[in-house]
Amino acid sequence: MTRRIKFTLGAIAAVVLSTAAFASEVAPDAVEYGDEGVMTSLTGVAGDPAAGAETFKSRKLGNCLACHANPDMAGEQFHGDVGPSLEGVADRWEEPMLRAIVANSKQIFTDETIMPGFYSLEVGKHVRESLVGETILTAQQVEDVVAYLGTLKE
Amino acid sequence: MKRLLLAGVVLAASIAGSGPVWADPVEDTLEIDGMPIVTQTAAPEGHPFDEVYSGWLFRSAETRDLERDTFENPGMIAVEDGEAMWNTVMGSEGKSCASCHEDASVSMKGVGAHYPKWDADSGKPINVELQINKCLTEQMGAEPLPFNKNGQRELTAYIKHQSLGMPVELDLTEGDMQSWWDRGKDVYYTRTGQLNLACASCHETAMGKMIRADHLSQGQVNGFPTYRLKNGLTSLHQRFRGCIRDTRAEQPKAFSDDLMALETYVTWRGTGLSVETPSVRQ
Ligand code: HEC
Ligand code: HEC
Repeated sequence: MTRRIKFTLGAIAAVVLSTAAFASEVAPDAVEYGDEGVMTSLTGVAGDPAAGAETFKSRKLGNCLACHANPDMAGEQFHGDVGPSLEGVADRWEEPMLRAIVANSKQIFTDETIMPGFYSLEVGKHVRESLVGETILTAQQVEDVVAYLGTLKE
Repeated sequence: MKRLLLAGVVLAASIAGSGPVWADPVEDTLEIDGMPIVTQTAAPEGHPFDEVYSGWLFRSAETRDLERDTFENPGMIAVEDGEAMWNTVMGSEGKSCASCHEDASVSMKGVGAHYPKWDADSGKPINVELQINKCLTEQMGAEPLPFNKNGQRELTAYIKHQSLGMPVELDLTEGDMQSWWDRGKDVYYTRTGQLNLACASCHETAMGKMIRADHLSQGQVNGFPTYRLKNGLTSLHQRFRGCIRDTRAEQPKAFSDDLMALETYVTWRGTGLSVETPSVRQ
């Protein structure tokens, strides 16, 4: 009995917490793309560059190295060259533009770009059933990657 | 606005200036047991590229060498298995493929270079795998071979190998081949999956680039079934399904109308390349 109550309370606390986290999160279709990019954080929580570097490398998450060389990760094998090298990318773009490029590069480049939109529901046909309505990265993962890109200065 | 930014990107790319390690197909020529193989040729009219390239030109020197010599080519074991099947009686009519077609090196020469073909009975294009099933069910009193099972890949490889070195050329004037080609073209340029990529994103726009450890080729089909060093003998529709899965999309069924249309269109994109079956790839 006591056990049960504890469990229930715990569950309620968890729900409250996650709602709180979601409350300030911008939904993928509510992200505002302006001339300077996306001005406000997607979560209100500062991005963590170290976590962003992991997301950037991971084949299951960003897999950014599939298409971009990144001399800052010289220790990693196999950098692609489908997109430009990201060496010194923070000297070329301010944070709002980096956020826009990662969240949905089609808003910034052209509709034809190969780069996937990592926080966008503008996706291709026949999306795998388990991924329908899901973005590639979470809002916080995007913020983390953007924080990491901000460290790439020459 | 978009234009301006794009110019910025291009500029940035050239400033970064880190030239790709292997931007283009290698310059190399292929002969298999003395037979010249066309791995590069002028594209047919209406093709997005000027030149078509075999996937062989995008592989490492070691992988290329494996294909040069039929004794070294690990795919040849499958071709031998296919030959044994050719001569095996299957089904209630007591017939083997050889009962009707005799010497495959004569009767099957050219088949691999000219399929898919129009099949008036089904009103659709038919490929070698489905033609095998048609013979099994209509002539031999046997069950059709399930996708990728019971020797389907091996027998297909044996049949296509009889056209080694012959240039790929489809007859699009037969039946409704042209409308299946049109449909295949749509499939080729349709972006799929959560990653929102089309065949053309990787094999046309990014051809010659590195996508992580893989050197992107034109995605040509002239070597199928192909021997992949990491997966063994791989059928064409298995490869199509794998590439589509990588866009994080649901995979269409093998031999579905979409994939038959795609096979028709992509085969045309390789017009003039030699049949290389069984090719060797990474
Ligand atoms: C499938 C290929 C692909 C993947 C994966 C990819 N990108 Fe890109 N990216 C591109 C291309 C191509 C461009 C250049 C714009 C264009 O040509 O459309 C680009 C451009 C960029 C730019 C602008 C670069 C500059 O120098 O101006 C940034 C920043 C960027 N990408 C970051 C990322 C990050 C971060 C990830 C992973 C979370 C990522 N990309 C994943 C293909 C890709
Ligand atoms: C995300 C990138 C990507 C997409 C999208 C993609 N492919 Fe591929 N494909 C690859 C890679 C990587 C390889 C292996 C290297 C190579 O041969 O290009 C490959 C190989 C192939 C091959 C084997 C080529 C050979 O020489 O053996 C064929 C055929 C092929 N793809 C067809 C397609 C078709 C048709 C589509 C669309 C339905 C497609 N691909 C979509 C990445 C992709």
